[in-house]
Amino acid sequence: MILLQQIVNGLMLGGILAFVAVAFTLSIGMLNFLNFTIPALFMVAGMVAWALSTAGPHLGGFGWHWLAAAAVGVGVVILASLLIERVTYRYMKARFGDATEHALPLVSSLGFLIVFEHLAMALWGGDPQRFTLPFKDTTITVGGLLFGVPHLIALVLAIVLVALLNGLLKGTQLGRALRAIAENPNAATLMGVEVQRIVPVVFVIAGVLSAFAGILYAASYGTVTPFMGEAIATDAIAGMVLGGLGNIWGAIAGGLVVGLVKVLAISTFGAEIEKIPVWGLLLLILVVRPQGLFGGSKIGKGKF
Amino acid sequence: MSGYLSGLLGLLAVNVIVAYSVFVPAAAGLLNLGAAGFVLVGAYTAGGLSSLQGLPLVLAAPAGAAMAGLVAFAVSFPILRTRGIYMVLATFAFAEVVAGVLLNIPALGGAAGLTVMQFAGLDVVVPVALGVVAFVFWLMRTRFGLAVRALHDDESVAHLFGVNLRLTQVAALTIGGAIGGLGGAMLVHQFNFIDVQSTGVLFSIYVLLYVLMGGTQTVWGPLVGALFFTLVPEGLRRLSELDPALKFLEGGRYMVFGVAVVLLMMVRPQGLVTRTMLERLTTRSAEGGAAR
Repeated sequence: MILLQQIVNGLMLGGILAFVAVAFTLSIGMLNFLNFTIPALFMVAGMVAWALSTAGPHLGGFGWHWLAAAAVGVGVVILASLLIERVTYRYMKARFGDATEHALPLVSSLGFLIVFEHLAMALWGGDPQRFTLPFKDTTITVGGLLFGVPHLIALVLAIVLVALLNGLLKGTQLGRALRAIAENPNAATLMGVEVQRIVPVVFVIAGVLSAFAGILYAASYGTVTPFMGEAIATDAIAGMVLGGLGNIWGAIAGGLVVGLVKVLAISTFGAEIEKIPVWGLLLLILVVRPQGLFGGSKIGKGKF
Repeated sequence: MSGYLSGLLGLLAVNVIVAYSVFVPAAAGLLNLGAAGFVLVGAYTAGGLSSLQGLPLVLAAPAGAAMAGLVAFAVSFPILRTRGIYMVLATFAFAEVVAGVLLNIPALGGAAGLTVMQFAGLDVVVPVALGVVAFVFWLMRTRFGLAVRALHDDESVAHLFGVNLRLTQVAALTIGGAIGGLGGAMLVHQFNFIDVQSTGVLFSIYVLLYVLMGGTQTVWGPLVGALFFTLVPEGLRRLSELDPALKFLEGGRYMVFGVAVVLLMMVRPQGLVTRTMLERLTTRSAEGGAAR
């Protein structure tokens, strides 16, 4: 029973990781860009939702309904994503040609990560803050197993959103344009795809996914800090690599596997062992099977 | 010298050493987002030897560097199977594995960190840093340095001209790893303490940023980058103590760092110091550098 509960816990953590992993994998698959602003956006959404919904001294003490606060959090992240797209990607591309060849967007996104984290710290301090939802109990018990409601929502929402994303990529004009950009941006431009208009969509989708994950994470674990994105992002990167870079279903599976491995390793061997299985596995995958566990990625093929 | 100034100088010396550890592979076009891994190996080896075995620093520090070099040599073969973004991820994963392994060696303190009795003052750390700088300056003037730069600019052309790609890359990673280990040995004896948490992902990110901001085209780059990005934030912190109105600078100095990174990538992505700039500075005729 305890093992079963640990598996459930692992899958619930994995649900949130999967969200972030999908955001990373989209960015890499479409734009060949390891986007380190994702942990920042994850944190911004969580912290804005907390700051607005808490009736405290923060920002003059709003105390909004949590849904409104979360919506504003997502809105802020969308605006931030558009700004990040301009600076880390569009400008570089316009000025340096195929900027994705270089490490420029990656380094620029690291700069943004530092700015956002310390902005949040300047606004709200570095201490962990309690983020509580107005529900009495955020867990349900089914057959003796404890399920966290925000976790369940995360898992279901992640799968639903990825299914939608998959439909979008496969079935719509926008999806076709996105896949064309992933394959070859220059050729896509020649074929009449308006790259400058489509690329922000990728940033916004990745941003919204990270924002949802950040809010769900804050709700399920009950705390927010300016640095909450880092640990989650490193695990999500591991999940993304397991699933294969650019493979969105792979990212979901990879996120779940990492969550599972992490929780099971901690419960079996203790908290200090957790890095070895996850990152050892990742290093092995990178070296032996860089295309990920599930074979060739469908998007971004031929880029790596 | 005041305690503050000597502390700052010590930090600067360590930052310079570690920056050069990332620079050597970066000069060959290999991005290492796992500087912390090599630093930790060197720090824990040297720290363990000096605190548990009572080895003097003169022996412990080279042992740390040698160990980190050995580890770098061993992992360079699997890491070199990967390219581009995969290599960034692989070095990143490597550092996490090192941290994970060290956390599970109780003799080295585990999560609580390792406390070391021997102290390496400025009289040790600064000459070592200068030595590392001189070594890398010399190294980049040798045939190996030429090969490294050729590799950075164009791998296939370098290969056509007879540069042994694999050998050069392995050597660059190994030398970089050994320098990182030496930096770690200095770090642990400078602060008398090391732990895995404070030398983690962010540490690696900052070191890589020092190097890329300084520029990887010339040997001056990491020196300028480490100097600039150690001294400017400290200067801002000092400013914030002068006047209550400047208080915001205390937390804001990292924001300034982040903004500087973003802006530098926009206006000068090659880094602060470039080859052309040095040529223009040192050339005697007016058009000598400009003609290139």
